[in-house]
Amino acid sequence: MAQFWQQVVSGLASGGIYASLALALVIVYRSSGVINFAQGEMATFATFLAWTFLHHGISFWPAFALTLAVAFAGGVALERVVIRPVEGRPVLTVVILTIGLLILINGATQWIWGGAVRKFPSPFSTRPIHVGSAAFSIQDIGIVGVCLVAVALLTLFFRFTKLGLGLRAAAVNPEESRLVGVRVGWMLALGWGLSAALGAVSGMMVAPVVFLDPNMMQGILLYAFAAAVLGGLESPVGAVVGGLALGVLLNLLGTYFSTFGGEMRPTGLFGRTAVRRV
Amino acid sequence: MAPLLELEDVEARYGAIKALHGVSLAVGEGEVVALLGANGAGKTTTLRAVSGTVRRSGRISLVGHSLERRSPEAVARAGIAHVPEGRGTFAELSVRENLRLGAWTRRGRLHGEEERVLAYFPALAERIRQPAGTLSGGEQQMLALARALMARPRLLMLDEPSLGLAPLVVASIFAILRHLNEEEGLAVLLVEQNATLALEAAATAYVLEVGHVALAGPADDLRADESVRRSYLGY
Amino acid sequence: MSRRLALNTAGFVVAALVVAVLPRFISSYHALEWANVGIYFVALLGLNVLTGYSGQVSLGHGAFMAIGGYTSAILIAHHGVHDVWTIPLAGLVAGGAGLAFGLPALRLTGLYLALATFAVAVAFPALARKFERFTGGNAGLVLTLHTNDWLYYLSWSIAGAGLLLGWLVLATPIGRSFRALRDSEVAAISSGISPALYKTLAFGISSFYAGIAGSLVAISTAYVNPQTFPITLSLFLVVGLAVGGLGSLPGSVVGAILIQFLPTYAAHVSKQAPQVIEGAILVGVMLLLPGGAAGLFRLVQSSRQP
Repeated sequence: MAQFWQQVVSGLASGGIYASLALALVIVYRSSGVINFAQGEMATFATFLAWTFLHHGISFWPAFALTLAVAFAGGVALERVVIRPVEGRPVLTVVILTIGLLILINGATQWIWGGAVRKFPSPFSTRPIHVGSAAFSIQDIGIVGVCLVAVALLTLFFRFTKLGLGLRAAAVNPEESRLVGVRVGWMLALGWGLSAALGAVSGMMVAPVVFLDPNMMQGILLYAFAAAVLGGLESPVGAVVGGLALGVLLNLLGTYFSTFGGEMRPTGLFGRTAVRRV
Repeated sequence: MAPLLELEDVEARYGAIKALHGVSLAVGEGEVVALLGANGAGKTTTLRAVSGTVRRSGRISLVGHSLERRSPEAVARAGIAHVPEGRGTFAELSVRENLRLGAWTRRGRLHGEEERVLAYFPALAERIRQPAGTLSGGEQQMLALARALMARPRLLMLDEPSLGLAPLVVASIFAILRHLNEEEGLAVLLVEQNATLALEAAATAYVLEVGHVALAGPADDLRADESVRRSYLGY
Repeated sequence: MSRRLALNTAGFVVAALVVAVLPRFISSYHALEWANVGIYFVALLGLNVLTGYSGQVSLGHGAFMAIGGYTSAILIAHHGVHDVWTIPLAGLVAGGAGLAFGLPALRLTGLYLALATFAVAVAFPALARKFERFTGGNAGLVLTLHTNDWLYYLSWSIAGAGLLLGWLVLATPIGRSFRALRDSEVAAISSGISPALYKTLAFGISSFYAGIAGSLVAISTAYVNPQTFPITLSLFLVVGLAVGGLGSLPGSVVGAILIQFLPTYAAHVSKQAPQVIEGAILVGVMLLLPGGAAGLFRLVQSSRQP
């Protein structure tokens, strides 16, 4: 039983990462009606930026905050420059555009930082804490905590601020929102910014576990897709629950049916096996 | 003094189809103006031309400031609240959130504003936490109206407020409109199928026919006009 | 209508002649590259039937190519069947798989279908590894080598036949039903067209083409393993389709050329960051040319008319 709970908690850690990325996908989907295939690459790029900040001697949490700010600005800029001109075009056009972005950002990451796998420091200790006979890793708990805090802050923002209300209104009914004076175009850009920041959170949380490399988020993006679809694509709560459930489920399946976990894990879009520390 | 809203030779089109062929009209400060006409005459399009939700050309001005190049958001910020046909509330958002969105263009504290507006619509106050989509048709129309009032607009544009509603509900909506006009000096541009109601509420009326103004004048004169009576009032 | 037919026939004959004499003027290495263009062309013809004519988006067509490729490879390596005879069989097996997938996929529309097909393509390499006894696992299956010119003529004969077949199918009531469904499902149903039947059929036809293309990939590389059909292949197929133009079969040639030569070209422009160039070109094309190459042709045609 101790092993079961240990696996649940470590499943929640991966689940929290899937959940944040899935929520990022849902925010974009609700506001722009497209699946952003480049969401994972944007997160990877942001995580590399964080690595650069850390490399220049900034300590973890300030670097974390700085990365979020840059990711947010980048998301806003991307929407304004690339997505805005194809607003209202067929879904396929926009999907291919985001696939183009995926390739472009992945290439840019490799160009700037090289393809090597790097260590990314964790803000949490990997020391276990013991509850009864079970041992939980502080890192796992920290990851779940950070992801859930990010999700919770975002929820508060959507529910209780004027801007959050405008974002929701623009997502459910853009025509009507214009009539009450909401600048819908900027709301979409804001949605992209928030998604990019949320993706950066998941990137910085997963990097210490899987190591930092340019294809790091590709496998995770697939799970985030699955989580978002499980939750119904439209529903932020569904995406979060879907992500957490998927994390726990995969971890338990991997523990109790060893053949399943190893082989069915996708290795990312560019076909390299991710390094995973166990 | 310039009128509050003035349209001069306004044209509008949906793709290749021209829906307005040079409409001119004016709404004075504190005045209720009715737009009458058959289906497809261009009443709704006239409102949409003002709010910028259809492609338009010509001159449109609000107290001298031109609107014809502004986006719908900017027109709303200039002080025009447009309640489109079919209510147009945010069905997934609560009544209170709908009201807050109404005040989107206003800066600063809105203390007491919700209470002021809700005083006109007690039924809404009871349902303040419900999603707007769960309201009845009449309540949704009231919510749309209440939301528009939250903006403290200089001009209210109402499209078919009586559509699909029970006579009693319609009567109370028009009573509220009359009160707002008389007590608060709210100017209204009203599109209405029910010409009898519209001519009672309005001081001035315009009759549209296939995209241009066929007749205009004080509401009382139009009511007395033989052709208007036969075509729109039915007696 | 007959004038258009005459134009199409003339175009086809001229194109066929060009294709037939091209190997005389290019090196053997380039002949192989152009053989690949022919293979991508076949795959895009099928994808065009699905997406361009029946309006269903698939981000996983690489998986159906893989089914065709493995069918050929297994028949050749394990059962000694002659390469060429495995091609139609590969098409039929993949087509059958497409019909089987198309049926449950009926419940999915738009982006959900796109994601479901994407998942199929992602899962396929893992499946191929799992059934190692047949597929050779990671080591893959080794087949017989052929000359580049032979491969060139093989793939382009099949591409030509595939184009004619595609035109024929789309000219029948089946093709009209596809277009009706794509344009308005409600209107199509009310005129007696069964969406279930025709959407599934479109999946079957397009997978048939994909299977044949996959078989050609296996024969021309003389080797298959799970990485022969990576997920990027599926993505590039969709990209090629959009660039060639939805709903234009000949336009697919442009898409096929893009799939084959864009990576080479990008590497030529910048050795450090070929992917950046690739991605930037894709983004640029989608921003500037929404109708793809076919859209550009139409634009030129319509601007000529007075």
